[in-house]
Formats: sequence, C-alpha cells, structure tokens
Amino acid sequence: MITYLSRPIAALLIGLILPIVSTTTTAAPSFPKLSGRVVDTAGMLSKTTEAKIDALAQGHEQATGNQIVVATVKDLQGYDIADYGYQLGRHWQIGQKDKNNGVLLLLAKSERKVRVEVGYGLEGQLTDAISSNIVNAVMLPQFRKGQFEEGMLAGTQSIVQALGGEYKMRSGGRSSSTSRSDLGGFALFIVIMLIQFFGGMGGGRRRRRGLFFLPLGMGSSRSGGGFGGGFSGGGGSFGGGGASGGW
Amino acid sequence: MTKYSSLRALFCTALITTLAGCGINTIPTLDEQVKSNWAQVENQYQRRADLIPNLVSTVKGYAAHESTTLTAVTEARAKVGTIQLGNNLLDNPQAMAQFDQAQGELSSALRRLMVVAERYPDLKANQNFLTLQSQLEGTENRISVARKDYIGAVGRYNTEIRTFPGRIWHMIMYSDMQVRDSYSATTAGAEQAPSVEF
Repeated sequence: MITYLSRPIAALLIGLILPIVSTTTTAAPSFPKLSGRVVDTAGMLSKTTEAKIDALAQGHEQATGNQIVVATVKDLQGYDIADYGYQLGRHWQIGQKDKNNGVLLLLAKSERKVRVEVGYGLEGQLTDAISSNIVNAVMLPQFRKGQFEEGMLAGTQSIVQALGGEYKMRSGGRSSSTSRSDLGGFALFIVIMLIQFFGGMGGGRRRRRGLFFLPLGMGSSRSGGGFGGGFSGGGGSFGGGGASGGW
Repeated sequence: MTKYSSLRALFCTALITTLAGCGINTIPTLDEQVKSNWAQVENQYQRRADLIPNLVSTVKGYAAHESTTLTAVTEARAKVGTIQLGNNLLDNPQAMAQFDQAQGELSSALRRLMVVAERYPDLKANQNFLTLQSQLEGTENRISVARKDYIGAVGRYNTEIRTFPGRIWHMIMYSDMQVRDSYSATTAGAEQAPSVEF
C-alpha cells in the first residue's frame, strides 16, 4: 500500500522539481535590484542629478505611461552591453505589460559603454537611428570629457524628447571629430548644456538652486533623493532595439 | 488483489498528473511559442533584407569601385530571398540549415561591406549612412535576441516532451509533435553582430 502510493508521489516530486532546476540553470548575468527609476550601482551620479533624472522620468511616465529607467553598473560580467541590456530590461520588466513601452539607459563603468535599450512598443518613436544619435552625438562627447552626470541627464532629456517626437537629429557622430554642425538643434543643445552647467556651478555640486534652472529639475523639494516610493516595472519586454556606443 | 492495486496505481498516476498543473495544454502552448518565436526570427531577418537596397545604393554613391563587396551583398540577399519561408521551415531541418547558411553568408557579406565603408570618410560622415548603419546594428542585435528566444522556446518545448508529466501527455495525445532540433549557429560567429565599430 505504502509502496504503491509513494512511487507516484516520488514521481510527482521529481516532476515538480525538475522544471524548477532546469529553469534556474539557464545562464544569465546577475542583475542589481530595481530600487527606483535611477539605479546607480556604479556610484556615478550625485543625489541632485539622480533627483533630476527621476523627476524627468516620473513626469514622462505620468504623461505618457512610458517607463524610463536609468542604470549604471560597475561591469557587465563578461557580456556584451546589448546582450546584458535587453536581459536587464526584461528582468526589471520596464514598461507596461501589454505595451512594452519601457526604455533603459544603461552605462557600464569599466567597459566604458553606454546603451539605450528600447522596449518593443517604443521602437517606432525611439528608433535605432535616433538612439544611436543620442548615444553618439549627445552622450559620448560629454563622457569623453568625463562629464558623466551631464551626459546621463542630457541623454535622458533626449530620450524624453524623442518619445514626444521632438528630438532633432544632431550631427557629430561615431568618429570623435565633430565635423559639420546643424546649427539649429546644436545651438539649442549648447544653450541647454550651458544652463545646466552654470546652474550647477555656483558653489559646487550640492547647491543647485541657481537662478537658471530648467523646469525639469524643479529641484528643492525633491533633492532629498527619495524616489517616489515603490517604483516597479510594469511587465514590459525588450527585443534588442536601441543603440550602444563606447567612449 | 494485484489487479485491484494496479488499477489503483493507474488511478493515482492519472490523478497526480492532472494535479501536476493540468499539463494537458502545455505542449501545444509551448509549440505555439516556438512558432511565434520563429516568426520573430524571420521577421527580423526580413527587416535586415529590407535595409540592404538602401544601404547598397548609399555606399555605391561614395565607393562605386568596391563592386566586388557590393555584388556579394546583393547576391547573398537574393539567395536569402529564394528560400521559402513559413511553417514548413520549422519542420524541415534541412531547409532550416539552408536558410541559416544563406543568412550567415549575408551576415558576413554585410560585415565585409561595413569594413570597406570604414575607408571612406565622406561616406562615414553621411547622415543617411549613419542612419542605415545604426539600423543595421539594431537589426543584427534584434536577430540575435530573436534567435536566443527561439532557442529558449525550443528548449522549453523539448524539455516538456521529455520530462514528466509532459512525457505522458505526449505519449497519450501529442505523439505527432516531435522533439525539435534546437537551432545551432552553423556559421562561425553567426551569433555575433557584425563589428561595425568606429
């Protein structure tokens, strides 16, 4: 009696355990926890910048439902950034489940790589070409100067613009030489960057409450650095869209 | 006595397999996932093929005398186009290998083209070319993701057929659905996106 019962039970147990074992053994990098809209595991962003990016991303999500997450990691554990990026995006489930409208801006510190990873649902607005332009013409020039905070912030702003259909392609590209310039967009870009820069100048990083302050910062109330609690991914998925570059 | 207990054992097995997640739909579900993942692979390959005419004509404008490389790309694309797509490809390992090989040849022809393009500064500064280059990179990356997803789906499908309780459902109801070959990268470095680094 017992043997008859225990055999199927053993079989059941094996049947239950096997799939669990087989799914957990598939190779995947280990990922940081999604602690907010800005996950700065490489420690490259100041609280002020984090708060600005957070406010920008939060405002955009409230307006459109698109989720933007900015992450820095120390290294990619041997993976290519494109390979790591889409898996991280899927792991965090950025974007809404039925819309897949998430964007992940990922920076890998030791590989010196940055990537804009675009969810399935936003590939039409944030195309590969635009992503590539944001990486190569907006972010990398900043990174080459060591201005990571400015670069990440400008990158996030450009992503938001692109998602709203307002991003203008900038010249300057893959080669480090900035040859010709499309004056309209470029001038605007310079002005934005100058305002950003001088906004942060007056007496060091901490005191960014200058006169010139872009509305996106809206800063003082948020500068405590808390994320509007309980941010989490909405179940979105990624299919490898976007672009990357290195500096 | 023995007849009775074997009946009971059978009953127990039937009950437990039903309890173990009511796996009756799992195999067809996973099969559909394999198919849709494969459709995604084809879709991304198609997207790449669609980029090529534009890319070739742009490169031609700056580097017309690189005709060997350009012809290689055009021919590889034409060859890819002759292979019939569809569900029959999934159930035909030979056609699948052919398809994979043709796509691999196209990948390497494209890679050579992008290396050649590096020698032409004017071409590299051309906004149209930059756009196409980033689209090509993105598409190669999507192809790689789609292939990985497809391989994963085949893996789950095969595992379901080979393990309990899927094995039993397979025996009883789905014996016509065979274990699939997981798709292997036949060409060297086929998983790699072309290195169009700058």
